[in-house]
Amino acid sequence: MILLLVVSAVTFAIFFVLPRLAGQTADQLAQQYIGKSPSKADIAAVKHNLGLDQPVYVQYWHFIKGIVTGATYDLGPTTAHCSAPCFGYSFKTHQAVWPQLTSRMPVTLSLAAGAAVLWLVSGVVIGVISALKPRSVFDRTFMGVALAGVSLPMFFTGNLAILLFTYTWPVFGRTYVPLTENPAQWANTLFPAWCSLALLYSAIYARLTRSGMLETMNEDYIRTARAKGLRESKVVVRHGLRAALTPIITVFGMDLGLLLGGAVITETVFSLHGVGQYAVQAIDDNDLPPILGVTLLAAFFVVIANLLVDLLYAAADPRVRLS
Amino acid sequence: MEGNPPIMRRSALAVIAAIGSASLLVAGCSKADDSKDDTGTKSAGANAATKGIVNASDKKGGTLTYELSDVPDSFDPGNTYYAYMYNFSRLYARPLMTFEPGAGTKGNTLVPDLAASKGVSSDGGKTWTYKLRSGLKYQDGSSITSADVKYAVERSNFSRDVLSLGPNYFQQLLVGGDKYKGPYKDKKGLDSIETPDATTIVFHLKQAFQEFDYLVAAPQTAPVPQSKDNGVDYVKNIVSSGSYQFQSYSEGKQAVLVRNKNWDASTDPLRKQLPDKIVVNLKVNPDTIDKDVLAGDAIDLAGSGVQAATQAQVLTDASKKANTDNTYGGRLVYMAINTKVKPFNNVACRKAVEYAIDKVSVQTAEGGPIRGDVASTVLPPDITGYEKSDVYATDGNKGDVTKAKDQLKACGKTTINTNITARSDRPTEVDAATAIINSLKKVGINATLKQYPSGKYFTDYAGVPKFTEKQNVGLIMMQWGADWPSGYGFLQQILNGKAIGASGNTNLSQYNNSKVNDMLSTSIATSGDDARNSIYAQIDKQTMDDAVIVPLTYFKVLLARPKATNLVSTAAFSGEYDYLNIGVASK
Repeated sequence: MILLLVVSAVTFAIFFVLPRLAGQTADQLAQQYIGKSPSKADIAAVKHNLGLDQPVYVQYWHFIKGIVTGATYDLGPTTAHCSAPCFGYSFKTHQAVWPQLTSRMPVTLSLAAGAAVLWLVSGVVIGVISALKPRSVFDRTFMGVALAGVSLPMFFTGNLAILLFTYTWPVFGRTYVPLTENPAQWANTLFPAWCSLALLYSAIYARLTRSGMLETMNEDYIRTARAKGLRESKVVVRHGLRAALTPIITVFGMDLGLLLGGAVITETVFSLHGVGQYAVQAIDDNDLPPILGVTLLAAFFVVIANLLVDLLYAAADPRVRLS
Repeated sequence: MEGNPPIMRRSALAVIAAIGSASLLVAGCSKADDSKDDTGTKSAGANAATKGIVNASDKKGGTLTYELSDVPDSFDPGNTYYAYMYNFSRLYARPLMTFEPGAGTKGNTLVPDLAASKGVSSDGGKTWTYKLRSGLKYQDGSSITSADVKYAVERSNFSRDVLSLGPNYFQQLLVGGDKYKGPYKDKKGLDSIETPDATTIVFHLKQAFQEFDYLVAAPQTAPVPQSKDNGVDYVKNIVSSGSYQFQSYSEGKQAVLVRNKNWDASTDPLRKQLPDKIVVNLKVNPDTIDKDVLAGDAIDLAGSGVQAATQAQVLTDASKKANTDNTYGGRLVYMAINTKVKPFNNVACRKAVEYAIDKVSVQTAEGGPIRGDVASTVLPPDITGYEKSDVYATDGNKGDVTKAKDQLKACGKTTINTNITARSDRPTEVDAATAIINSLKKVGINATLKQYPSGKYFTDYAGVPKFTEKQNVGLIMMQWGADWPSGYGFLQQILNGKAIGASGNTNLSQYNNSKVNDMLSTSIATSGDDARNSIYAQIDKQTMDDAVIVPLTYFKVLLARPKATNLVSTAAFSGEYDYLNIGVASK
């Protein structure tokens, strides 16, 4: 319930704030769809077609109504129908926003999921080993690499990865292939993007895991577990890691939620036609409906990710279970 | 054409090009530039495609890939304004006239495309008649008629609330154009375009316009069957009249074109229909595009030149440099002097500015000789009507402090305080303005830099006379490219005193010299190319004598030459390769 309220509040806020942030009046908004030397009548016609001549609350109502019932726009010779769920219609590209989002979602999802698996596994593994052997060569080396990873921006690591692995040594493909078409090719073309993105994130996870593990491994119950004669692996994973996992789940949920709303820089660098690239294009074009759509989608994912995090807490940590 | 807002077709490309150049690289570039052109056995040599057709071949087959870092305004021939779309759309939309695929200014030659011959004018240039070729067919096999051309002009020029992205010259020129509401609202059509039979089309203009052939070379005259037109959605089901047709089109991602089987080579002396398939990938990372072009896998559709990093890379490697074309981009980089802001209402004060500026320092800020030659005329060399001259010649183009101070004295001043504007999101323009400020300081002119976003530069700031006067903006940074490569197409929008608007003004000097205004209107009514061209040269000279514009550089682009056939860089499309007949090269 609260989640729904949050998403609604976000919708409402961006609906009112966005056009004002862009600093434009309804006339200016309409004018950008007309181009060269518009007459007053042209502007009025477009304003009417887009519904910009109505009060904002009426426009908001139409937007909400559109999500449930769909909407129809008058475009002169033809009308455009935007079927439910209609999250707006871009008058720059003449496409409904929702089909664009759904067609781009698999790309963003592929990117985020692959990278998430990589950074989570590598981050946690590096963190655990570093914690078990603090101040060892392994610890120093990997913490150093992790620090570098988090410090290097995506437009550097990404471009470097492209240069090295698709041009100098053409191991990986250049154009995205959908998972349903060819899973091997899909993974092959996305791998450089996954690695670059994972490099950025895994550092934080390694550091979080390391500090968490260092703390828990010094707890009394670990000593007890060892005294009981449990195997070291069991001590580390079942008793140590599980307790150190809670903060990682929190951060992971937030990160993944945000990424699903569009990995803007990564998608741009790797020329992936995902949600983030759609947002960049819309911002370039000053095209409000897609911006609204992407923001809404991102808000939705962040909220959902938080919900999942809460549920996972209970699974990982018996202390927060309700009963 | 009075009151027309800024023509951004080519200037829009400037943004991309401007980002691609950086003053950091100047040293590297000029050093490489000094070395002689490399003519290896493998490659045709540097700048070969600016002198002739490189890899001329009739080899058919294969897939040709274009890449674009952005998305075009529209693939709809009636709804686009970008030079590269004017160029590319000819593959699927044949205009009445077009440009001959030729190197450099040879590419400015007009040749009939859909029309059988050039336009025949009567009535002193107010009536233009075109005869279509016979046997013309659309991709579905139906016949192309002159009524379809009439309809295409009407939909693209008169329905501004539906198709708004292209220019509207026809609306401004045709009789009754101001009243007609467009074919979507008024099915009857416009009376001043007549189609007496299926292959004849007659345009009736309000005034004599001797460069009408240039206008009908726009994709707006490519035929559109009325029964298939669904306004803005036509872009999703374009009916081809050219050698290729759309197989698929995915907004913002990709367009795929395949051979049009109903295109008949006997109706078309220009197109060769070489590749089996043409793929256009959109929104590709600009660095990736450069790498793909160098690897021989793609052509950069925008044709605005390589990125700064790539520039450094290709210019320092002789074998890579041999595969580049450094060509004019049909554009002048200049600074307008505002004649309505004191003391620049005095010609001597303006001349002081002309003499004071070290143009080499500006050229360096713009990215060195690779990004432009030092300019001394309003018309760039790749525009028809250009004549070499240098009214304010200084030693080595480095400016002349003594002469500048003399002019300042003649103006009755020892110092001037003014403002100079530049577009904040164009770093090279800001760098150039900074170089100018430094030059001017030496003679006692103190200019303060004011930066404004390019999106509102003309509508809210530099293009608003009241704003410039109130804010003491005496100097205005600017770039200009023409809609068609002639003196009139270039000069009319920036020098016509009758075209100064309250907003969206592009005559930034607010130059209103009746002699120039008269010459502009005389030129366009004058038949005979030579006669017209000599008037353009006179206008250029008069403007320079009045010192209202400081030409800085003739804009140049550095193209990485792809591994493909029939490559020729043409002045007709801002130095881009002519896209009509590029084929796949064997690897």
